[in-house]
Amino acid sequence: MEKKKDLVEETLEETLDSVAPTAETAEETLSEEELHGESLTDRVKVLSPGQMVMKRFFRSKLSMVGLVTIIVLFLFSFIGPLFSPWAGNDGKVPDTENIKNIMLPIEIEYVTEDGEVYTAYTITESTPTVNKEGDISFDHWLGTDENGWDLFTRLMLGGRISLTIGFIVIFLETIIGVCLGGLAGYFGGWVDQLIMRIVDILSCIPTLPIMLILSATLTAYEIYDITRLYYLMIILTLFGWAGIARLVRGQILSLREQEFMLAAKCSGLSTGRKIFKHLLPNVLPQLIVSMTLGLGSIILTEATLGYLGLVAPLGTATWGAMINYATKDRYLTGFPNFWVPPGICITLAILAFNFVGDGLRDAFDPKMKR
Amino acid sequence: MVKYCIKRILLSLLILFGVSVILYFLVRCMPVSYLEQKLASSLGSSGGDVSFEQRLQELKEYYGLADDSFWGICKGYWDWLMKFLQGDMGVSFKYNRPVEEVIFENMGISFAISFVSLILQLIIAVPLGIKCACNQYGKLDYIVTVLTMIGISFPTFFFGSIMIKVFAVDLGWFEIGGLHSNLPVNATDWTRFWDMMWHLVLPMFVLVILNIGSMMRYTRTNTLEVLNADYIRTARAKGLSENKVVYKHVFRNTLIPLVTTLAGILPGLFGGSMITETIFSIPGIGNIAYSALREGDIPFIMGYNMFIAVLTVIGILLTDLMYAVVDPRVKLGK
Repeated sequence: MEKKKDLVEETLEETLDSVAPTAETAEETLSEEELHGESLTDRVKVLSPGQMVMKRFFRSKLSMVGLVTIIVLFLFSFIGPLFSPWAGNDGKVPDTENIKNIMLPIEIEYVTEDGEVYTAYTITESTPTVNKEGDISFDHWLGTDENGWDLFTRLMLGGRISLTIGFIVIFLETIIGVCLGGLAGYFGGWVDQLIMRIVDILSCIPTLPIMLILSATLTAYEIYDITRLYYLMIILTLFGWAGIARLVRGQILSLREQEFMLAAKCSGLSTGRKIFKHLLPNVLPQLIVSMTLGLGSIILTEATLGYLGLVAPLGTATWGAMINYATKDRYLTGFPNFWVPPGICITLAILAFNFVGDGLRDAFDPKMKR
Repeated sequence: MVKYCIKRILLSLLILFGVSVILYFLVRCMPVSYLEQKLASSLGSSGGDVSFEQRLQELKEYYGLADDSFWGICKGYWDWLMKFLQGDMGVSFKYNRPVEEVIFENMGISFAISFVSLILQLIIAVPLGIKCACNQYGKLDYIVTVLTMIGISFPTFFFGSIMIKVFAVDLGWFEIGGLHSNLPVNATDWTRFWDMMWHLVLPMFVLVILNIGSMMRYTRTNTLEVLNADYIRTARAKGLSENKVVYKHVFRNTLIPLVTTLAGILPGLFGGSMITETIFSIPGIGNIAYSALREGDIPFIMGYNMFIAVLTVIGILLTDLMYAVVDPRVKLGK
């Protein structure tokens, strides 16, 4: 409110010269409304719905926190590795500590011909070439992992993949969901019946077991490289579009009956134009909200699967794959630096998308007064 | 009403049929050699002799795995469906026992955990949600909203791992996992019971904290809606005290949507929570299913997933029916 008043006073001062007599009364009426601009005619400027949404969105603290977090996470994962000396393809960290690995002695007992018993021990000694499970240091902010990778760099690279998966899947889901949901809602009849039954079936299939089956299949075919992630994305998309389709269909069903659609029909617009120009823009608010919230849940699914050690490919870092360390007692108890940072990143990402989605939902809601 | 119910039930059957088709064909994407290997391991150590080969072939025939062509899979599905309709889900490769037996045996503990945590959630979430809605945009509302958001966003496995690390490993207050510790043979039932309860504190805590958020938000949104209703204005206008308005008029009407969602949750109680049970290694249905699923145990995968799908369908049906039961304005039909 403070800012608004300042603005109004400023414009008032400017206009005082030209329209001095009416200024007194103008001040009272104007301060109630949102005004800016130079001349009197320009001053009564109505904000477009989009601007109002933006205004409401940026006023909410939580959504700003979310937005900033998302930006920071993106910079962290996409720009961050550029500054890391360990981000190369073979970025294993050479060992600097020179601690020798000594295998436990193996006891061998043998008896000589004299009948005396001797015990011999074999001790294997080796100097590792890479710094494995290194401590947190100035060079390695989170230490190094069991293969000698710098964990902080892995965290950044993992973010790239996890966030990218989220975006790709949500866009594919949205495309399929909007097309099929739009068709179902617009045409109704048997098209609607058919599509909605498929949606019902898909929403009855639990995601996690499907993913477990997928993982067992991939393991059976011995696919361990990055292709696993592509299969993950395909399956997530195929089973995830149902929610968006249902949302779009519901919206279109109610919009279809409104007057502006009748007007569109009367002006003889083509079906495609009616759907994409007149119906979809009205669904967009809900769609954007559900996409934002969906992003969080996809990142969560990826992380869950990674935690269960299912879909994460060997050698490629994802946040999910990194949190998998928490399943191993050794790392869970002794090396929190392995699994806590990726966990925090995942939580932050989901939280941020939820905050932004929530903020957008409130901002899009015309009934919201604040 | 009856007509509506029948229509819905028929529709549900159609949905279940679709689910089973998708599941079966997905499961059969696994190469047969892999399944053979799993089957062989379930047959035990009697490998090598002729009878082993024979038994393997018999088993493959029994499960309809022998033929890997499209029609072979279709036939396998048909056989499975016929058996399923007769209530026979087959014998699990991994556990070597009938699937339905394994499911029902391990359901109890899952149900107990989910049920207790659901009650706890209700006790905490509903009053808090109403309180927040009554002081919308107040300090409490703000804090609780942020906290619930954090609760919703926290991945189960991460929160669970932290809890284990802090409370079980570092502080040593609770057990890392499992249900029982090594008690002396002569321990009384009472001690055993408390021992089990002690093991379940952390899992339940995790479940409650992570699930409470959505319920609270739901209560809050609904209360806000109720607070704007005309009858609340009437109640205030006729001079009722704020307490009476909130506890008598708002509270009861907030329960309407809540009861309907609860009807949806109820069947889910039996399905177990896969991740929580796996983290805390509780031998519930979720954990059992998890290890079976990982190993391509076809009868169990089909059985378990159909079990879950049936529960989901019942949940949806109950939710819709509850609307009509709780709110007399809702008329089912068409």
